Amino acid sequence: MTGGARPADRPLDLAAALAESGVDELLATLDAELVGLAPVKRRIREIAALLLVEKLRLQVGLSAGPPSLHMSFTGNPGTGKTTIALRMAEILHRLGYVRKGHLVAVTRDDLVGQFIGHTAPRTKEVVKRAMGGVLFIDEAYFLYRPENERDYGQEAIEILLQVMENDRDDLVVILAGYKDRMDRFFASNPGMSSRIAHHVDFPDYGQDELYAIAGLMLEKMQYRLSDDARTALGEYIERRRARPSFANARSIRNALDRARLRHADRLFGAAGEPLSREALMTIEASDIRASRVFSEAAATAEESTP
Amino acid sequence: MRLTQGTFSFLPDLSDDQISNQIEYCLENGWAVSIEYTDDPHPRNTYWEMFGNPMFDLRDAAGVMKEVSAARTTFPNHYIKVNAFDATRGVESLRLSFIVNRPDPEPGFGLVRQEVDGRAIRYTLRAYATDQPEGERYQ
Repeated sequence: MTGGARPADRPLDLAAALAESGVDELLATLDAELVGLAPVKRRIREIAALLLVEKLRLQVGLSAGPPSLHMSFTGNPGTGKTTIALRMAEILHRLGYVRKGHLVAVTRDDLVGQFIGHTAPRTKEVVKRAMGGVLFIDEAYFLYRPENERDYGQEAIEILLQVMENDRDDLVVILAGYKDRMDRFFASNPGMSSRIAHHVDFPDYGQDELYAIAGLMLEKMQYRLSDDARTALGEYIERRRARPSFANARSIRNALDRARLRHADRLFGAAGEPLSREALMTIEASDIRASRVFSEAAATAEESTP
Repeated sequence: MRLTQGTFSFLPDLSDDQISNQIEYCLENGWAVSIEYTDDPHPRNTYWEMFGNPMFDLRDAAGVMKEVSAARTTFPNHYIKVNAFDATRGVESLRLSFIVNRPDPEPGFGLVRQEVDGRAIRYTLRAYATDQPEGERYQ
């Protein structure tokens, strides 16, 4: 913008600011590439709106200071916490909140030292590396070990608290972990909980969402499903969801990896015949139905009806 | 007498914003930035004390600036310099080094004449500050 300050009474063009920032485009890709996660997307949209409005307010001389954007992501395994965190750095960079937009992903090992006096420099070094970007602490509850009162994790937490308070404009801290354990972590570290403005809960995926995720994964891996396989996959997801060790999208990815194995094995078994591009791409129903999920379900069904 | 060692030393002292921009330039080039301090300003004193470890893998100058201000708080009356080391194979040396903190009265150097064999004279420099033991200079 050239020229001096904008006259205070001139209306500001929100639409133009929106177009200029490229936020719309960003949210559209997010919608296209990530299935479900409605509350998460809503929160991202809110943050985007806030940052945009803050920019406009600044133009007319209103300032509330940069908002605190530290976040905690909680949810069951495989609900996309890490994936979103990776995206978050890019999103915040595009919105002009963080200067560099890189992500430093760490776990307890990178923060906590092995002997007295080792933790503080280690944590500070990680924090320095994350400046201008996002510090992502995966499975943050491991930092706090109540069963060992001399654990050095507490020291790392204290340094993080200080950084989250004092260097808010230099970096964004995202903590991630499973819901119940994170809740316990926050209960025992109330200072941490209150310094985090955004507690985002990742919901489990529904049947249709999982199916859509499988579709996206296959597309990315350049496979396709035959019509029978489509129904088989639907049934597979239904049965897999009922099992205790179900880990949402991660289970789906593993299932698809195993289907690829069987697909390759089937092609090998049929050696001699010329292979078409089609055959190399297509996963058949038999590749999916060979899964343990189906055979075990059949076995229990037989047991219950002798 | 103003100490003129390192880059920018003939210019007025850099402001924090200018220092930050210089560090930003170093990080953009992938150089590792480190901070050193000393209270012995002799020009041949090449090895200053390290203030913390060199900082690798930084992306933003804010991290270094925090260290600079920490160094200034710890050693308000020492010389403090910022070094940028280029680890590229074949270079492997400092690319940039500049002073970011200096003691207020800088007494400077005295010329020492030493009479040697055959009444020849040898000349050398001596920092007035080094009359005092280490840690008590520039009070």
